[in-house]
Amino acid sequence: MSSELAVEARGLGKRYALARQARATTLPERIAQLVRAPFGGDDETLWALRDVAFGIPAGSAVGVIGRNGAGKSTLLKILSRITPPTTGEVRLRGRVGSLLEVGTGFHPELTGRENIFLNGAILGMRRREVAQRFEAIVAFAEVERFLETPVKRYSSGMYVRLAFAVAAHLEPEILVVDEVLAVGDAEFQRKCLGKMGEVAGGGRTVIFVSHAMPAVSALTQRVLLLDHGACVFDGATAEGIARYRALQGGGAGRPGEYRAAGVTAAFGDGDDREDAPGPRNRVRAARVVTSDPGGVHRCGEPLAVEFDLDVPEPTSTLCFSCKLADAEERNIVHLWCFDAATRFRRQAGRYRLRFEVPRARLFLGRYTMRAFLSDRRTNAMYDEQHGICPFEVTMDGVTRDDYAWSAGDCTYLEGAEWVLERVGDAGAQRGRVAP
Amino acid sequence: MRAPPQEYANPPVLVIRPDSARTLGLVGDLWAFRDLLWSLADRDLRLRYRQTALGVAWVVLQPLLGALILTFVFGVVAGLSSDGVPYFRFTFASLAGWGLFAGVLTRASGALVQNAGLIGKVWFPRVVLPASVVPAALLDFAVAVAIVLVMGGMDGALGPGALLAPLWALGLALLAFGCGLVFAALMVSYRDVQHVLPVAMQLLLYASPVAYATSNIPAAWRGLFLLNPVATYLEGMRAALLGTPAPAARTVAVAAGITGAVLFAGQALFRRLERRFADVI
Repeated sequence: MSSELAVEARGLGKRYALARQARATTLPERIAQLVRAPFGGDDETLWALRDVAFGIPAGSAVGVIGRNGAGKSTLLKILSRITPPTTGEVRLRGRVGSLLEVGTGFHPELTGRENIFLNGAILGMRRREVAQRFEAIVAFAEVERFLETPVKRYSSGMYVRLAFAVAAHLEPEILVVDEVLAVGDAEFQRKCLGKMGEVAGGGRTVIFVSHAMPAVSALTQRVLLLDHGACVFDGATAEGIARYRALQGGGAGRPGEYRAAGVTAAFGDGDDREDAPGPRNRVRAARVVTSDPGGVHRCGEPLAVEFDLDVPEPTSTLCFSCKLADAEERNIVHLWCFDAATRFRRQAGRYRLRFEVPRARLFLGRYTMRAFLSDRRTNAMYDEQHGICPFEVTMDGVTRDDYAWSAGDCTYLEGAEWVLERVGDAGAQRGRVAP
Repeated sequence: MRAPPQEYANPPVLVIRPDSARTLGLVGDLWAFRDLLWSLADRDLRLRYRQTALGVAWVVLQPLLGALILTFVFGVVAGLSSDGVPYFRFTFASLAGWGLFAGVLTRASGALVQNAGLIGKVWFPRVVLPASVVPAALLDFAVAVAIVLVMGGMDGALGPGALLAPLWALGLALLAFGCGLVFAALMVSYRDVQHVLPVAMQLLLYASPVAYATSNIPAAWRGLFLLNPVATYLEGMRAALLGTPAPAARTVAVAAGITGAVLFAGQALFRRLERRFADVI
């Protein structure tokens, strides 16, 4: 029976009417539309998912990856019966539990205890089941002392822990999970991941959407890679992630550079004073200045990262930070500008921010940047960019005898001096570990 | 321990197709998801009087104040007949029935739009949402009826007819639920319903014998007037609680027929539109 497919999809497609905003939502509009186009032929449509087919054996964990808008959420919504497909069919063997959002149906005025029962019922558990697992849920969420407190008084961490805990104890045969690990602290994420691994290990099927590649590779051996609504890859996780990275790089524009939509000139090339700063604080452009042209950097050489920031609304706690992430989306370098005296906290305008790393020792591989423009006090995220400014690091010029460099040797290369002595003899040999 | 229906607990194979409909009917869905229905009703009840100074006292105060106003306007100022029952008790009994009808109808109509977040993120038979407003409305009704009975007991006017009250209440609740299904399903696409509904309810309040007895309607118009099933049920409710004349069997049959038709049409429309709710809401 182990070869039996728990999920089987054939020719799956979902079409949305594109002009959602323009669609009639009041009766007079609808009537006007009917008068204009009585056969409704002028609706533009978008295939969010098209002709997708796959089979997932019972007891396995499969990741669904792809860029934003690739159709991942649509696929999960069809699998969890929230929306019907336009074409094709899915066969599901076993009870499906879906967790598309942490804390769906939580009510801020209700206490922790009340919300556990309500949320459990919403996720499809019987009251009896919730009662049986109540202790385990509370222990997992670590909220014993706050059970009688309305969740509106919870910290965001407690809230998320409680919400995930209820869902994690759902115990369906097929668990469908969307990007829940995007929330919570590292400790909690590890716990969630452990719980999901346990579910998969226990013979149940897990379908897992995430942008967090470390989580995907830790949890799954197989991934479906979606792009523009089609399944472009179905196979081993490592290869799927590599292909996803390639897609992302392709979509991010010129190597080493990023420009916000509509920005044509930046960093002083052309007249960048022409375009208006816009109403909101944003990252206007970003670039990685690599040692070699074409977004190629030699390990150990100086590296600079530059940003054009539009700050029409300065705030006293405005923060900018960026991270350099490797191909598996692990953050390797973190740079920030949180200084209390920074001028963009007081004065509106366009700013150019430059970070200089004297010896950037990123290891062989492909990298992208993440940038965050936020307010520390209100937690407002003005701008958040992921996977921008793709660049590549080579080991050219960093020589090592006998062994060639290979990916995976390390994530960051540190320079060091070495000293070698023969025990009992006088004198020592000295050398350097590059770069 | 009751085992959940096989279809939901452990389906051998669940097939999702563009046109696949659910296999359980209205009643089957509600029964299979009774725990969710109860949890939602429980949530609404718990939240209703949280952060209010008078709390549960509002269950009693609301109909009392309503009855006072209607008594003043129709009984004192307009001087209409109330079939010989003290006017205040008359309007209070009517309002108990009307409150049940209006409460179920308006809250059921808004139930989908108010829970849009759930509809986009979790699957369950959507009919659970409008149905979950019924228990709270029934509770309000039960409290109001208890007050009427206490007032009646003091006057010594309470008869065995009171035992029929639940039947009239059932008629009102089912009729309101049927209408609620229609409006709830339409409101997902057309928020106009939200604006039309309060006006329509106001109109129906005056077109139904809530603040006056049907005997005030000229005999020539009475046949037409009683085509409104709400009128029949309210007359019945008062007959049960106050001992006024009961409606004729023929009008009761008409009201029951209309109720059945509305309920059937409501659930048919709801089912037809249900699968698109998540895409449109």
